[in-house]
Amino acid sequence: MSVIEFSRVEHSYGERPVLRGVDLVLGEGRIGIVGANGSGKSTLARMINGLVTPDLGTVTVDGLDVTRQGREVRRRVGFVFTNPDNQIVMPTVSEDVAFTLRKSGLSKPDVAKRVASTLERFGLAAHAEHPAHRLSGGQKQLLALASVLVAEPSVVVADEPTTLLDARNARLIGQMLSSLEQQVVVVTHQLELLDGFDRVVVIDEGRIVADDTPDAALGAYRSLIA
Amino acid sequence: MIGLYVPGSTLVHRAPALAKLGLLAVTIAVITVLQEPWQLAAAVGGVGVLFLAARIPPRMVWRHVVPILWLLAIAVPVQALFAGWTAALMMGGRVAASVALAALFTLTTTVSSVLDACQQLLRPFRRWVDGDRVGLLLALTIRCVPLTAEIVREVIEARRARGATGSLTALAVPVIVRSLQSAEALGEALVARGLDD
Repeated sequence: MSVIEFSRVEHSYGERPVLRGVDLVLGEGRIGIVGANGSGKSTLARMINGLVTPDLGTVTVDGLDVTRQGREVRRRVGFVFTNPDNQIVMPTVSEDVAFTLRKSGLSKPDVAKRVASTLERFGLAAHAEHPAHRLSGGQKQLLALASVLVAEPSVVVADEPTTLLDARNARLIGQMLSSLEQQVVVVTHQLELLDGFDRVVVIDEGRIVADDTPDAALGAYRSLIA
Repeated sequence: MIGLYVPGSTLVHRAPALAKLGLLAVTIAVITVLQEPWQLAAAVGGVGVLFLAARIPPRMVWRHVVPILWLLAIAVPVQALFAGWTAALMMGGRVAASVALAALFTLTTTVSSVLDACQQLLRPFRRWVDGDRVGLLLALTIRCVPLTAEIVREVIEARRARGATGSLTALAVPVIVRSLQSAEALGEALVARGLDD
């Protein structure tokens, strides 16, 4: 598993501080991050991929600094967004998955082979030539996940990946995330998504207020929002 | 191109995009200068044969032809008033054949093939133009059409739900704001997918 390390991380949007002195080392296979809206959890998740860089302190993934070595970090860390529509770039399903590999240096047959096996794995093979924007919400999120995983990252960060989905599709995405061999960090409000996770971090007003096993941490979270 | 590609393995589908693009340009240029009605009839017949060879479903052909028929229904009589029916029908035939050929290219060529073709075309100019960036720009432009259409549809629905039906501002402002938000999110997703250089 990769080691993700936050060291005295501070971050503000304008005058509003969102992360205040966060120290955290994440090395488990399944990690959940929960917190109220505006608590800073999405910012924390985005830092793992280098989409947001800290104002103060450092964030590293396997020793690579996200501020100075963002490109190398992004090769290791895949990111799944809340709204898959914002993640789809190409018109058809197979083209969108292949798009991730455009600069991978793989030959066209190798890209085609990897895309086909990824689509098969995510149950999208029958939709390979279909327009991506006409998929259902659940299928779009599966496509977003497939487009990330085709690059074979060692860490997958998902920011509220089930928020826009119905219960059945949310369960499907949850099962898919649980079945990954990669290290998975999930930011969510849907606590059932964290069943079987190794660790849950609770964040409130930019500070870590609980960091424990899911049962203990979610108990603390429920008390916090009660 | 926005989801119009019809999957297939015919010769028309398998032909390299760059060759198809070149042939398209040359054929349209030739159609434009045809003078005799029999020559144009032969060209239209040739286009029909290409559609048959590509095994494009008739309803897809119809979908592409209908918008042009509306245009021609106005343009041909107007042209006939000034230049006579022969010239007007020649003009209509040229337009219809050219549009049908362009549609055939769209229906049988994936966007990635078009992007690869653009990059090949721009390779001699790589000192001045980054083919990858132009390709990405084209892909994003194509992607933004259904994305913006969806935003407009949602804003119109929201506007109706709140009883504001006639105001252009009530449509334009949220569409612009949401389009900008989507553009920012799309940019962030591209960075996350490693396309940040």
